[in-house]
Amino acid sequence: MRLEPRTALSPLTTLGASLGAIAFTLVICALLILWANADVFAAYGAIFNGAFGSRFAITETLTRATPLIFTGLAAAVAFRAKLYNIGAEGQLYVGAIAAVAASIWMTNDAGELGLPLAIAFPLMIAAGALAGALLLLIPTLLKTQFKVDEVVTTLLLNFIALLFVSMLLDGPMKDPTAMGWPQSPTLLADLEFSKLVDRARLHTGLLLACAMSIILWIVLSFTRFGLSLRAVGANPRGAAFAGISVNGTMIKVALISGALAGLAGVGEVAGRTGYVTLDMSPGYGYSGIVIAMLAGLNPLGVALAAVFVGAAIVGADAMSRVVNVPTYIADVIVATALISVLVAGLLTQYKLRWR
Amino acid sequence: MVSSLVIDNVTKQFGGLIANNNISLTLARGEVLALLGENGAGKSTLMNILFGHYVADSGSISVFGESLTPGKPQEALARGVGMVHQHFTLADNLSVLDNVMLGAEKLARIASGRAAARERLATLSSQFGLTISPDALIRSLSVGEKQRVEILKALYRGARILILDEPTSVLTPQEASALFATLKRLVTDGLSIIFISHKLDEVLAISDRVAVLRQGKLVFEGATREATKASLANAMVGREVTRIQRDGGSSEKELRTELLQLNNVSADCPDSRMPLDQISLLVRAGEIVAIAGVSGNGQSLLADVLFGIVKPSAGTVGAASPRSTSSTKKQSVARIPEDRQHTGSVGDLTVWENAILPRVSDSRFSKWGWLKRTNARAHATALVKRFDVRLSSIEQPIRRLSGGNMQKLILGRELSEQPEVIVAAQPTWGLDVGAVAFVHQQLLDARARGAAVLMISEDLDEVFALADRIAVMSKGRLSDAVSSAHWTRESIGLAMAGEALAA
Repeated sequence: MRLEPRTALSPLTTLGASLGAIAFTLVICALLILWANADVFAAYGAIFNGAFGSRFAITETLTRATPLIFTGLAAAVAFRAKLYNIGAEGQLYVGAIAAVAASIWMTNDAGELGLPLAIAFPLMIAAGALAGALLLLIPTLLKTQFKVDEVVTTLLLNFIALLFVSMLLDGPMKDPTAMGWPQSPTLLADLEFSKLVDRARLHTGLLLACAMSIILWIVLSFTRFGLSLRAVGANPRGAAFAGISVNGTMIKVALISGALAGLAGVGEVAGRTGYVTLDMSPGYGYSGIVIAMLAGLNPLGVALAAVFVGAAIVGADAMSRVVNVPTYIADVIVATALISVLVAGLLTQYKLRWR
Repeated sequence: MVSSLVIDNVTKQFGGLIANNNISLTLARGEVLALLGENGAGKSTLMNILFGHYVADSGSISVFGESLTPGKPQEALARGVGMVHQHFTLADNLSVLDNVMLGAEKLARIASGRAAARERLATLSSQFGLTISPDALIRSLSVGEKQRVEILKALYRGARILILDEPTSVLTPQEASALFATLKRLVTDGLSIIFISHKLDEVLAISDRVAVLRQGKLVFEGATREATKASLANAMVGREVTRIQRDGGSSEKELRTELLQLNNVSADCPDSRMPLDQISLLVRAGEIVAIAGVSGNGQSLLADVLFGIVKPSAGTVGAASPRSTSSTKKQSVARIPEDRQHTGSVGDLTVWENAILPRVSDSRFSKWGWLKRTNARAHATALVKRFDVRLSSIEQPIRRLSGGNMQKLILGRELSEQPEVIVAAQPTWGLDVGAVAFVHQQLLDARARGAAVLMISEDLDEVFALADRIAVMSKGRLSDAVSSAHWTRESIGLAMAGEALAA
């Protein structure tokens, strides 16, 4: 078996590859559902209904997708520049805790917001973004100055960030009214993101996330910085030859990527929970990497991929209540989809030859 | 008599491209067959099929009368087909003996079989006059010696058919003659050799028969003594080849303006490239100065210093020009790097993005951080037209362009700025004859309008064809730049080997 490069790429091949990837994912997961002794069509039906079948289902899916869009964008922009940020999980937590810290700092003695909302609200968002950005800046500087591999440092910083947040939640930022649970004080109600629809958890963080993916797409395609970023990622030597500062670009990318992951934390705390706990994110930072890869590192694709992953999680949750299949099927669907999409991408570039 | 090698009607297609179209060739015992062709003519594909890296769509190959199973490189090796690649496949940190044994002997025998291997290597060395110390570390060897190790490696594995891919491209003329002497001894002993080259003089000197490929087809096959340089060149290109000739030098008056100065430039590089040792050079308006030398003697680091990628550790580089102010200074130097794929372009970016990349901050192509995409595309389209770049769309990634078209685009990108100083490193490396002539003409045109051209080249034909003055680089040092009329092939060869500098 060998791979040969394709000379011409037809749009049909690309479309066929995507459809093939979806079909392959469904077939593989169907086998697992059969193995769990469940009706495949009933199970898939339940997943779809659970994710999109009602107004409630749709809002739940989009609520799930919101932090995933942010972390997906964080991974996509960094990976485009070949800065492998595996630390979005930690950046999400420091972003969330920074937003709460900003809220505490802006609270006056009467327990009310001490600043005008028009200043306080952006300040809270900026605090979260800045915290995420600074956390990623450390390993990026180590990479640009001393060539320390950022995959290792960003990954391990996740544990440091999480333990740091844990320390705050059990110490200086512990909510005295939480009856001993390690959780932060609740954000001031004024600072919370407003709800998008009645009787649902969906919040305006989704709009911010969508705006970010559009902005990022525009930056990548239409600005000088976007061109530099893509050049640095595709060929650092060629970029340096063309006079682009490779390290400077890396640092800017790190600030953007870290800020986006920090915003994921802000969105969760200000839009959904109101306070920080250690189980706030079920691995959104890591899922962001999967989403970015699913989307082919395209910012607009990230939004779609995040909805897909959100739907798989929410749908599988609902399905497990109807059909007797564990919710782990969501992880299997997402993982199989990723592998299928990557293989399909390979097959659009190369032709398989047996013999 | 059974032929050593029979290639019978081999066809190989990649998508719509027919890389090998019904090629049949035979190689007799004790014969040197030269395989000629431009880049992309199908030489590499054919050799890769012979070696089992590719599988032919149809046709067969037999070695010493037995047919070869397609797609089995191990079998080709076992049947006695050996290949010396243009870029050596040696482990730098191991000794000659280790490199020869590696892969040829079972791992378990690397320790126990050393004495026997050493003896065998010594026998082969003396038999073919390939003297080399078996305990020398590869990294301490010169390029010519490394090539000897590659040949010994193939012989050690019992090669009876030896394929040499552009073997002289890294050698001085003297080292090349030594190689030819070795090859003569090998064929006398009954080996057969396929000699891949695009240097016609060498082909005429060494080979018994010549085969010429063009666009995947065998267009000429015959005895070397019946061929001439012109007939081979025409067969390769498929039309009459016009040789580029420069006119007489510019007058002394025009030459007075010194546009590029290097003063005692030294540089070190963390990677293991040859460091630069106090290099001084002047290039004046209206002349082409060539830096000749064997690959690996500091040229690539010198190019990086001139391109501003590496900062010199001592000395100064100045590109002064009377017309330019400090803000246009950078633009008035055209930079054509040696490696168009990895330095000169960013493969995944589109053609138009590459066409503006070095000047993206220019007000023509961006404002307030926004790209002027319409202007950029128009600029790229104009370049493509003016410099005859063949492509299907400027929206293609540049890596889909052939080497010649990529180089035309890079050349156009730089020369369309009417530069006063041009630094070109290996500007025609790996290009076909037509593209080479184009590049040479462009450099001569630039010289004619008064630009100072510094060309780094390992191709002596190119150096003699274009240069007004020639300096030779050896072991990180540069000789004085002397009028090209003062140099002969012999004297330049000695200087390349470092002898003239020592004297």
